[in-house]
Amino acid sequence: MEAYNYAFLDELTKRELRRKTLKAVAIPGYQVPFGSREMPIARGWGTGGLQVTLSVIGPEDTVKVFDQGSDDSVNACNLRELICQMCDVTPTTDSLEASLIQTRHRIPEEKLREDQILIFQVPLPEVLRTVEPSEQETRRMHAERDYSRMWLHLYEDIVKYGEIRISYDYPVMVNGHYLCDPSPIPRFDVPKLHQADNLFLFGAGREKRIYAIPPYTNVTPLQFEDIPFEVEQFDQPCAKCGSTHTYLEESYDAVTGAKQVACSDTSYCDKRQRQAAGESVEIGVIWDGTNPANFEFE
Amino acid sequence: MEPILQISNLSKQYGAGCPSCIELTGPEHQRNVCPSCGTVIACADIHLELYPGEVLGIIGESGSGKSTLVKTLYFDEEPTSGKFHLQVFQDGKDNLFELSRQQKRWVRNHLMGMVYQNPHLGLRLSHSSGGNIAEKLLMAEWRHVGEIRERAKDLLGQTQIPLERMDDQPKYFSGGMQQRVQISKALANNPPLLLLDEVTTGLDVSVQARVLDLIRQIQRELGISMIVVSHDFAVIRMLTQRTMVMKNGRIVEKGLTDQIMEDPQHPYTQTLINSMI
Repeated sequence: MEAYNYAFLDELTKRELRRKTLKAVAIPGYQVPFGSREMPIARGWGTGGLQVTLSVIGPEDTVKVFDQGSDDSVNACNLRELICQMCDVTPTTDSLEASLIQTRHRIPEEKLREDQILIFQVPLPEVLRTVEPSEQETRRMHAERDYSRMWLHLYEDIVKYGEIRISYDYPVMVNGHYLCDPSPIPRFDVPKLHQADNLFLFGAGREKRIYAIPPYTNVTPLQFEDIPFEVEQFDQPCAKCGSTHTYLEESYDAVTGAKQVACSDTSYCDKRQRQAAGESVEIGVIWDGTNPANFEFE
Repeated sequence: MEPILQISNLSKQYGAGCPSCIELTGPEHQRNVCPSCGTVIACADIHLELYPGEVLGIIGESGSGKSTLVKTLYFDEEPTSGKFHLQVFQDGKDNLFELSRQQKRWVRNHLMGMVYQNPHLGLRLSHSSGGNIAEKLLMAEWRHVGEIRERAKDLLGQTQIPLERMDDQPKYFSGGMQQRVQISKALANNPPLLLLDEVTTGLDVSVQARVLDLIRQIQRELGISMIVVSHDFAVIRMLTQRTMVMKNGRIVEKGLTDQIMEDPQHPYTQTLINSMI
């Protein structure tokens, strides 16, 4: 690996990325354009998140990469391996151990700390794109805080379907100014962005944008006074760990065809299963500050 | 009585302009394109006042600058120069043309309503008609779906749109119905000022009559001040108390509508009256 510079990117590129990231942190929710580089993976496969990760990483870091909750997906494995080879860092699957977490479409179930950074891979950073195709126009709308079109979109959803039908990419207001796309995380994860202890960075490689939600920032999902924002509800517990407080995914048994649900965050689910089997495992608190793991299996 | 709206020295030009633009254009030259630099003087030297509850007509042929004038009032176009004071905004102290875009949008959403000749310009045809009214309310920071729908129902009732069509898209409506949805959208925030740009052009006569009736009724009931732009003296006669006649971007005559109809002074106004069928 001596042929490559540390962390794959050249130093000037890293410097640009850090500068843009600092700007993004200074203006919460504002999309900062950056010169997205050619990466050894295809655009749309997480190049934005990867570039942000590589620009902030150092040899003392511990890195976790997960993809829709899973540490074992092809995308997550490849990215983790690339980062570890290029940066000489320790990989982990445990959200508590990681100092940097790169993610696709999920926020870990365990609450992140002040010393941790969560880096999102963002496919489409422009939250207003669904209502306005022109980039010039969306920039004007952001600058003037003219978000009535998005509100109208929500209103029409309610009129047509009786509820707001945005299941992921739910528009959030950051720090009372910029409307922001939290990347395609489920609604379940949206409240975690509000007044968090950790820094959230968002990188969109194909669309060449970086934005951020700093720690202790107000993040509110768009909602009407009489129709509040709601997160997903599940009617059965996780089939593997019995959890009722996590985001669950549906799957079908290959043999019997029976429907079952299981935690989407596989590392958290795995820790709970090991704890239930009597192993001593450290499990962090969830985002509301409680630790349901400690009493459910007593 | 103090005027609710005051415009002074408004002009709008398209092009670089030169010192002789104003001298070489206007009704006495029969043109609004400057012969020395090619700049189009869409309107110039416009002064007008509108009093509370009054309906002011602006009449003129195509290209006389009347639409440009109302578009600048609704901030759709930026004027080249001029002052615009609204009594209901900061007691009429601020020149509205000098506000920031955000402030202009606030004024537009809270204090004005506009009905365009073409419903495409004023409506989102692929959103429900209730949604179109909701848009105007959402712009004015309404955030309660129940209240928004109540208000939309009220307005659609006032403009005689059947309530069962509230959640249908205006693109499936007839021209007259689209125009009535546009009027209810313009009225959504109870604006003190309503601008109507050729609202009945392109509608057939019976529908035209109903739309005009509706506007008269709204004016009577709500006492809104209106500026009505038309090239049709019949519309002007029916709706307005006072009229201004425009030609080649200038006001050539103004006065009481009756007076202008009975005793037109300017040769152009005389031609207009004589050409009425």
